[in-house]
Amino acid sequence: MVLNRQTLAIATGAVFFLVLPGLAGLAEEPYLVTLFSRILIYALAAVSLDLMLGFGGMVSLGHAAFFGIGAYAVCIFSFHGFEGTPILSWPFQLDGNQSGLVLWPAAVLLSGAAAAVIGALSLRTTGMHFIMITLAFAQMLYYFFVSLEAYGGDDGISLFSRNTLPGIDLGNDIQFYYLCLATLAVFLFFFNRLIHSRFGMVIRGSKENERRMKSLGFPTFRYRLACFIIAGAGAGLAGALIANQTEYVSPGLMHWTRSGEILVMVLLGGMGTLFGPVLGAATLLLLEELLSIYTEHWMIFLGPFLVLVVLFARRGLYGMIAGSSGDHD
Amino acid sequence: MIESLLSIQSINKCFGAARASNNFSLEVGRGELHALIGPNGAGKTTALNQLCGEIMPDSGRIIFDGRLITRMPVYRRAQLGLARSYQITSVFAHLTVGENLSLAIQAHQGHSFRFWKKAVDDPVIREAVLPAMARVDLEGRADVPAANLSHGEKRQLEVGMALAGQPKMLLLDEPYAGMGPGGAVELTKLIQRLKTEVTILLVEHDMGAVFSLADRITVLVYGQAIASGTPDEIRTNPAVREAYLGDEALVSP
Repeated sequence: MVLNRQTLAIATGAVFFLVLPGLAGLAEEPYLVTLFSRILIYALAAVSLDLMLGFGGMVSLGHAAFFGIGAYAVCIFSFHGFEGTPILSWPFQLDGNQSGLVLWPAAVLLSGAAAAVIGALSLRTTGMHFIMITLAFAQMLYYFFVSLEAYGGDDGISLFSRNTLPGIDLGNDIQFYYLCLATLAVFLFFFNRLIHSRFGMVIRGSKENERRMKSLGFPTFRYRLACFIIAGAGAGLAGALIANQTEYVSPGLMHWTRSGEILVMVLLGGMGTLFGPVLGAATLLLLEELLSIYTEHWMIFLGPFLVLVVLFARRGLYGMIAGSSGDHD
Repeated sequence: MIESLLSIQSINKCFGAARASNNFSLEVGRGELHALIGPNGAGKTTALNQLCGEIMPDSGRIIFDGRLITRMPVYRRAQLGLARSYQITSVFAHLTVGENLSLAIQAHQGHSFRFWKKAVDDPVIREAVLPAMARVDLEGRADVPAANLSHGEKRQLEVGMALAGQPKMLLLDEPYAGMGPGGAVELTKLIQRLKTEVTILLVEHDMGAVFSLADRITVLVYGQAIASGTPDEIRTNPAVREAYLGDEALVSP
């Protein structure tokens, strides 16, 4: 492989994430591991949004809904698993559980299913209507969980302990960090295969000219819906991880401002690039962390920064670093 | 009479008070090049859109290759072999020539729920891309982004994409629009060659091109077909002269 700017940037990033826990240990700042776990998890959510936004051209302002569903799925199952009570006793008995092997696929399935329903309805619209309808669905879910008193309502619900996985101690922050890193890497690999596959070609073609895709013979709706579901399921997985990381879930996780935050990560890092959203998530969360030391009004500084990036770097920060050729093709 | 590949039977379409299609009927035989002409606002594009399925007629029937397609969605008609090239060139500017064509080929190879294998490296697609490029004289340009093509080449690619699925019928919507003299000559050559391979419905303003290429011509005025026949019959038809061409002499042979 030719050693160009892009390869160099990706390799640097990969090495950095790999050695980070070691660096944090040396600097005696274990908090960094927690912070970067959070970054990796949000990166996963942002990458999943980029699949539908950057490649599929579907601007959703409700992506946090799937993030939240994944997180709540994990917490609710764990809560019942801890108490030993059933979640459902009718129409069938459904017991709680605390194993990641059960809960995380469940989180992915549930958020994917929610995405199937929301997508099937929202994708009948385009443009501004699509933005508004995804926003509306996300807010409906937000208020649903606010009113769900059994699971803490407005206050949210705590996870008594992190889920269990064979061979890995999730309670150990460093092990948890590497699990997040591995999950993100696998997702990115899958993502890369996907955007160049036949399916990916249809998605990218539909973004550019859906009318033409139909006249070529593609039933575009079902492909766009599948893309929406994959993106939702990806966010659900991120949600399952964030529930374990913070050991606490509240409806705030699915508020529309959270969707906006994930959207900003994608825009900041570079829409339509593979690694841009990762960079965007890291930049946004680190800036938030740094600026909030000095002022609680850190948004005042972040806003203009975002405007500058969007105005002057067409493919975001990633485009600036890796060059304009990027990895679009 | 030759067997019809396409039969449009008295379709009507109103937009408010405007009748864009008024009992419009059209028969296109297998293998012929049929031209649809008419003054601006005669309803040519509306007719074409109903044929493609982008809008539905209020009444009437459309039969294509022995099947009733009046209410069929756009993509189903395309899969049956009804391919359209657009008036405004609509190639995928961000994709290369090769990717544009492979996308068009992929459309006719079953579903695209294949998530793993790289599409452009798929041998089934690759084998089909080369002849598809050759067919519209774009050999050796596979890796050029479509955005970098000249206007004429974009048109060629556009037609190439429509042809990639081996359609039974090709709809050309004003292919000469915005074309320079050089490009127009090239395009005429291309259409003459395609004529021998596929049935074509040509919607066009350029009278010279229409009268030299078409086997039969249908004239559309106020959403109604006022005449249909060979170029000679159309040229001498008094109703056409009056309604469409005024007193001006029709294009000489």
